[in-house]
Amino acid sequence: MSLTKALSKPAGSTAAPSPLSVNGLTVAYQKKPVLRGVTFEINEGELIGVIGPNGAGKSTLMKAALGLIPSIGGEVLVYGKPYKEQRKLIGYVPQRESVDWDFPTNALDVVMMGRYGHLGWFRRPGAKEKAIALECLSKVGMADFADRQISQLSGGQQQRVFLARALAQDAKLYFMDEPFAGVDAATEKAIITLLQELKRQGKTVVVVHHDLATVQDYFDSVLLLNVELQAYGPTEQVFTQERLQQTYGGRLAFLDRSFQVPAADSGKGV
Amino acid sequence: MSDFWIILTGSLVASCCAILGVFLVLRKMAMIGDAISHSVMPGIVIAFLLSGSRDSVLMMFAALAFGLLTTFLIQMFQQSGIQSDASIGVVFTALFAVGVVLVSLFARQVHLDQDAILYGEIAYVHWNIWELGGVNMGPRAVWLLGFTLMVIVAVISLFYKQFKLCAFDPALAAAIGIPVAIFHYLLMGLVSMATVSSFESVGAILVVGLLIIPASTAYLLTERLGMMIGLSIGVGIASTVLGYLAAKMLDASIAGCIVCAAGVLFALALLFSPSQGIVAKKLRLRKLAA
Repeated sequence: MSLTKALSKPAGSTAAPSPLSVNGLTVAYQKKPVLRGVTFEINEGELIGVIGPNGAGKSTLMKAALGLIPSIGGEVLVYGKPYKEQRKLIGYVPQRESVDWDFPTNALDVVMMGRYGHLGWFRRPGAKEKAIALECLSKVGMADFADRQISQLSGGQQQRVFLARALAQDAKLYFMDEPFAGVDAATEKAIITLLQELKRQGKTVVVVHHDLATVQDYFDSVLLLNVELQAYGPTEQVFTQERLQQTYGGRLAFLDRSFQVPAADSGKGV
Repeated sequence: MSDFWIILTGSLVASCCAILGVFLVLRKMAMIGDAISHSVMPGIVIAFLLSGSRDSVLMMFAALAFGLLTTFLIQMFQQSGIQSDASIGVVFTALFAVGVVLVSLFARQVHLDQDAILYGEIAYVHWNIWELGGVNMGPRAVWLLGFTLMVIVAVISLFYKQFKLCAFDPALAAAIGIPVAIFHYLLMGLVSMATVSSFESVGAILVVGLLIIPASTAYLLTERLGMMIGLSIGVGIASTVLGYLAAKMLDASIAGCIVCAAGVLFALALLFSPSQGIVAKKLRLRKLAA
């Protein structure tokens, strides 16, 4: 999977290895590249927003970094080592639509799944896992719904269950694929509080995000992506109209300079 | 005595199928179960031709090989861009056809009856006795199915959390290092085993009914996975008993009646399930409107 042709990063990675360093990552679906030569290195303890138009490869970047889909070139290092050796350091929140919410299980049970990686091959989740899962559920304000069949939860509540599951993974680096997509205001607030809490604990969180209006409020750094990496850096430096126009290929119609109303691609912003 | 053996055999078939059926239904792979049950045919025939007997061990391995080959081919075709239902259709009909050709070519010399393969002969199960050192050990099918059921129960309970997570959220499963592909093939291997152990009793077509119908019925009745497996087994066994009684009364095909009974139980669950039943939903709506 890892390719040695990747460019070596310019100096800067001196002491502790970065939570995530991606070097020349290229992914293709049936010959058409979805990601081309993406290289970046993130700082520990930051909230990072991954921004780009539909089909820009945002989810693909996440999945390739997690080893869920094969890359045809490049290298991904998590705290200086290949992903496979660092699985326990990583928490993952897939897109909510990626699972069947009619599955016969309840909220608590889903959160307990976050512990499976720590249990090894044969151990079953027990009282300890249940306690952790309950605690994680209360952190997202869902303790009262522990016994609720997951299909009976609203979209926002389902999203919070997914976040609680990621918390149960007790990771240092989190990947979240559009956690804000289609959620209610209460959930949005719960997610923000949670992100801030994770940051306070020194965790690093990479979030695929759609709503341009909130980027400046939520993220320390921004990664602009459209098949190729467009820009990466602190939000105030990178999140500029010029860079966004370049990323979205002019498809973005701004009404005013403060990004209040993102027209393209979001639809559910405001 | 024959009643007892037939019902026991049927219940064992139903239990094997019911457990695996739950995971097939939840993974939306019901039709892959169908595919495997048909495409193990050439494996069975080849094993039969090689050994000249219904040597269960050899048949088991041959069926396993063809079951996994089916799974692999379906996967490969899907990845090369063919629609998933089309690739299932291509693979299993082609392999099944190979089986049909092989039977028609060679089976005149050896006793292998197409009807028996397709519809089973559970009525004669107590005639086919396993003798060990001259001691009558009971019907061979019961031993074979009992062994298969033990393997299924052992594997599923040992790796319950893996099978569960692979069914609910394969992306997370892969992300935390569960070898999703291996568990996929393991499940399909078990389905192949269940099919080959069952086909002599209920046939390759009706075994699909026992894989899918009890699991789908249980899906309507519960919201917990463990409970769904238990109910699925219960529905499977109830179908066997009811089906056998009906078959005796009507003097009709036993396997056919068993699957019909399963169908009736499914229809009842669809209508009267307390949570998801059509009647309950109508009543709730009426309450809301009132």
